[in-house]
Amino acid sequence: METKEIISVALVGNPNCGKSTLFNAITGLNQKTGNFPGVTVEKKNGKVRIHDQQLQRKQTFNFIDLPGTYSLFPKSLDEAETLKVLTEPNNPDFPDIVVTVADASNLKRSLLLCLQVKELGLPAVLVLNMIDLLERSNLSIDIVKLSKALQIPIIEMNARDKKGISQLKKQLFEPIKSEINGTEYNAFLNSINKYSQNPQIDEEKQANLIQEKEMLRLYSLIDDVLSGALIQAKQTNALNLSLRLDKFFTHPFWGFIIFLGILFFIFQSIFSWSEKPMEWIDLLFSLTSDWINSSLPDGAFNDLLSKGIIPGLGGIMMFIPQIAILFAFIAVLEDTGYMARVSYIMDRLMRGFGINGKSIIPLISGVACAVPAIMSARTIKNQKERLITIFVTPLMSCSARLPVYTLLISAAVPDQNLGPFNIKGVLLMALYLIGFLAAIGTALILKWIIKSKEKSYFIMELPVYRKPQWGVVAFTMYDKVKVFVMNAGKIIVAISVILWLLSSYGPTHKFEEIELKYNNTAYFEQVGKEQAENKLASEKLRNSYAGIMGRTIEPAIAPLGFDWKIGIALVTSFAAREVFVGTMATMYSAGSDSDENSVSLKASLQKDINESTGKPLFTLATVISLILFYAFAMQCMSTIAVVYRETGSWKWPVIQFIYMTALAWLAAFIAYNLLK
Amino acid sequence: MRALIELAVNETAIILNFSDSEIALKLLELGCLPGANIQLLHKAPMGDPFAYLIDGSIITMRKKEAATVMIQSK
Repeated sequence: METKEIISVALVGNPNCGKSTLFNAITGLNQKTGNFPGVTVEKKNGKVRIHDQQLQRKQTFNFIDLPGTYSLFPKSLDEAETLKVLTEPNNPDFPDIVVTVADASNLKRSLLLCLQVKELGLPAVLVLNMIDLLERSNLSIDIVKLSKALQIPIIEMNARDKKGISQLKKQLFEPIKSEINGTEYNAFLNSINKYSQNPQIDEEKQANLIQEKEMLRLYSLIDDVLSGALIQAKQTNALNLSLRLDKFFTHPFWGFIIFLGILFFIFQSIFSWSEKPMEWIDLLFSLTSDWINSSLPDGAFNDLLSKGIIPGLGGIMMFIPQIAILFAFIAVLEDTGYMARVSYIMDRLMRGFGINGKSIIPLISGVACAVPAIMSARTIKNQKERLITIFVTPLMSCSARLPVYTLLISAAVPDQNLGPFNIKGVLLMALYLIGFLAAIGTALILKWIIKSKEKSYFIMELPVYRKPQWGVVAFTMYDKVKVFVMNAGKIIVAISVILWLLSSYGPTHKFEEIELKYNNTAYFEQVGKEQAENKLASEKLRNSYAGIMGRTIEPAIAPLGFDWKIGIALVTSFAAREVFVGTMATMYSAGSDSDENSVSLKASLQKDINESTGKPLFTLATVISLILFYAFAMQCMSTIAVVYRETGSWKWPVIQFIYMTALAWLAAFIAYNLLK
Repeated sequence: MRALIELAVNETAIILNFSDSEIALKLLELGCLPGANIQLLHKAPMGDPFAYLIDGSIITMRKKEAATVMIQSK
């Protein structure tokens, strides 16, 4: 191997072969996630400096985790990207070494990809992963024989326990030279790749036949290679256990009951486990705010920090525990292999709504956040089904709606139990159900509108059940919370500052008038000091720039039972719905006296009066109307951006935005008028 | 010779060939080869799709996909 500054190593393998586990084990926190140029296919790479203690060698490697595929005959854009990287020597990601990761318990199938890599003339290493599954089942592979027959170095591995990682690292230092000239095979693969610019085969059927013949040829080579090297007569214990577990998890009756039970358990846990940590975070922020307020000199800067930024941030950081728990559960369901079973049992039902069993993964992930959920719809190969899934996923109740729901429910609903369950928890569960019903109802409508002749398939593998890898779960939690804190944090600080400015200042002559009218001793004596100050503050808010904005849109939202204050919150939460809570916190602390900082936002909401009716603003009708508005409206710039990216045009995000806003307005209007 | 869709639960047969070239490719990739043993494990709760055991892997197929796979009883 020529001495290069950085040696690039590509990891290829079937889905579920443990390739990503290996990638995580090697690169750890050095990994970067991005996109391949020009396409929305996720690319993960990580640079690692490896030090070989024994032979005193050092080298920097760049590992690239290529999209999982069963062969180099691409059937999706993701798979086409893998072929592209492996067949374009000028590609910046073109590897010096290709590591094929194979599931040792599915050796025959895994070798298909390995042989194709070898025929391309690329320096190849084969990793036999999940070797523990074979060992525990008293099966074995004759590695020496296999390696000789394939003429490829083989590393035995169990990536989950980090076994074999150091052997692989050592292997990467060794020169590997391929004897094969892959030019012809390279041209052959590209000539039948329907995702390339100009495939030389026009007839799709003919291309299929050529691929079929080639696969049969490779499989007969594999049979020769494996004869004698593989001692595999029985099923692995892991497979046997999976078959037994599936008797319950895919049972016609119990399968659904278990699924609903798991969902119910997740929702109950999210609320009960996060209760205490949320209180602590809340306390931390209100103490900080009080401390800043009392230790800094009075003035605009003090107000901005203690009444604008800190309460705004606190309102949102409180929800970190819930988001972390939600993502942890989703990671566990994916990692154990259960999510694939859910797709399987739901496929028939989902198909009736124009979607696919695989759509259940984006829909469930949508409960955490629509952005990664919409990206996960890539596993759906049928374009119509994928589009419908993308369109309806933002209707699922995402974690950003949680703060809004929690605040509003606690302001309007008493803390009571309904049987063994907390009534607030039951209400929240109902909101998740409403989101789901809206999603599948919308899917049903789209099923009749969008026309497509493309066929839909459900040919997939149910992976064997595995214990969840707690490291992966912890990393997912850390990663998602980090993204949430960084994104939401930035938006919220910016909006808090702007909002604070807009709500503290207004047209000068108006403010002078108000000062004159309410800030005098005569008025103080008339109504008492405290009430006079409250009146002063609320009049100022009303006539501030924010108040003017809110009052401008008031006619459009008055039929929903909203006043101009809620109007301000609707405007600011256009970018991200969770901003609602921060906006309310900022406005209500700006609207009351600073001595009352200890009064919670919930209490302030309950006290507020609707100016046009003179009755309490947050009645049950208004609260339900507002909750429904937030349930259906598209108030998330990140989602709009990701839908644009995934569908490749503005058409769908625009239709989606209009549809969801109209649905939100109608639902809120109907609910308010029924309950009023 | 009969179609895979006629296989009874727990029954095992041998794959002969495929009548749809696109489905054939997807199945071949998953190690579902002519000559391999195939066993029907279970049907999904609403009667579709089905799950099969092929060469140590659990593979799912919808009814209409299973109808394109020809098998021979063992």
